[in-house]
Amino acid sequence: MEHLAGILVKSIFVENAIFAFFLGMCSFLAVSKSIKTAFGLGIAVIFVMLLTTPANYLILTYLLKEDALAWIHPSLAGVNLTFLAFILFISVIAGMVQLVEMIIEKFLPALYNSLGIFLPLITVNCSILGAALFMQEREYNFAETTVFSLGMGIGFFLAIVALAAVREKLRYSHIPDPLKGLGIAMIITGLMALAFLSFAGIQL
Amino acid sequence: MSAEVNAPVKQAAPKEALFSKKNRKALFDPLDDNNPISVQVLGICSALAVTVQVKPAIIMALGVMLVTAFSNLIVASIRDRIPGRIRIIVQLVVVATLVTLVDQVLKAYMYDVSKKLSVFVGLIITNCIVMGRLEAYAMSQKPWPSFLDGIGNGLGYGAILVFVSMIREIFGSGTLLGFKVVPQFLYDMGYVNNGLMMLPPAALFIIGCFIWWQRSRNPKLINVS
Repeated sequence: MEHLAGILVKSIFVENAIFAFFLGMCSFLAVSKSIKTAFGLGIAVIFVMLLTTPANYLILTYLLKEDALAWIHPSLAGVNLTFLAFILFISVIAGMVQLVEMIIEKFLPALYNSLGIFLPLITVNCSILGAALFMQEREYNFAETTVFSLGMGIGFFLAIVALAAVREKLRYSHIPDPLKGLGIAMIITGLMALAFLSFAGIQL
Repeated sequence: MSAEVNAPVKQAAPKEALFSKKNRKALFDPLDDNNPISVQVLGICSALAVTVQVKPAIIMALGVMLVTAFSNLIVASIRDRIPGRIRIIVQLVVVATLVTLVDQVLKAYMYDVSKKLSVFVGLIITNCIVMGRLEAYAMSQKPWPSFLDGIGNGLGYGAILVFVSMIREIFGSGTLLGFKVVPQFLYDMGYVNNGLMMLPPAALFIIGCFIWWQRSRNPKLINVS
């Protein structure tokens, strides 16, 4: 239990998707102009991350890894399909996002209206695929994968809402024209990342 | 003999020249005025993460350039056959196949670099440059201009990567491509490497300042995004 809590805190703060690994920067910079939309995207990312990363874990363990196919037929043991991981991971993510979009549209129209435009964007959010690849690289088990993906999602959510809040205040400050928009957003993200570095010393 | 050589050229003449003005624009615009990173705001994730040293940055840039160019070429050739609703999945499968090739080649021939880039090779798949150019250019253009557009955007991306990684490597560890460039007597006089440059936020500051410089030099880029 303690070990899982450690992974959760670590993936939210110490190894924050945005500030430590720069995953999902594109949508992070593009959708952080107002708190409301940032909030919507953050929730959608947590949701999709929690669904896809465990699904990718199951695919990796029962289809791709060396000896993983042994449950179908003993003669298939020793087949190693790990090199197909990228294609399967991204197909699962793209398919899952489309499925989630259709289900939400049918059963939860209110949620669909608030998330609608962000859902297709999430397919190409690096943090989702990044979570799957980190899960593979670090050899997490199922419980660890679930907790880790929840933490990555919450980390992204926190970061994007925080940046949106700062950018809303920025409208009232005097910034040189060429630095407005993207330039100052980059520098602020850098400062926030420096602040998050203070978590780096925590041993979990 | 000369007639035989000239004949195909004459046939090709009514078509567009290989490097017409439009094609040159597709190739060279992304280097500055339409740079994928600083103007289109695409592909920032990996640009920040792999720029601690110059060598991984160059290899990453090469990988992205190849993937962008060939995925543009392939998608542009089959663009009329892709059904609209599932086009994202089709594009992603094309890109993922190419990235798998790059990854396998890197693992086979440059294992240490491949380890250093870790998940970021795989993340070329979701690199917004690739998807962005597929959606914005390759889905509506012929294969050859799309190929050039891919090369151009890869070069524009690479230019920023190399620029940022050079600053970070020189000031962060005093080397360039692994060779010492900061002379020893400076260290003897009390010069220390700037540890901040090794940390991730340094890349954000450098790109932020680069955008500032680029937009003050070329005011029509202001308020693009």
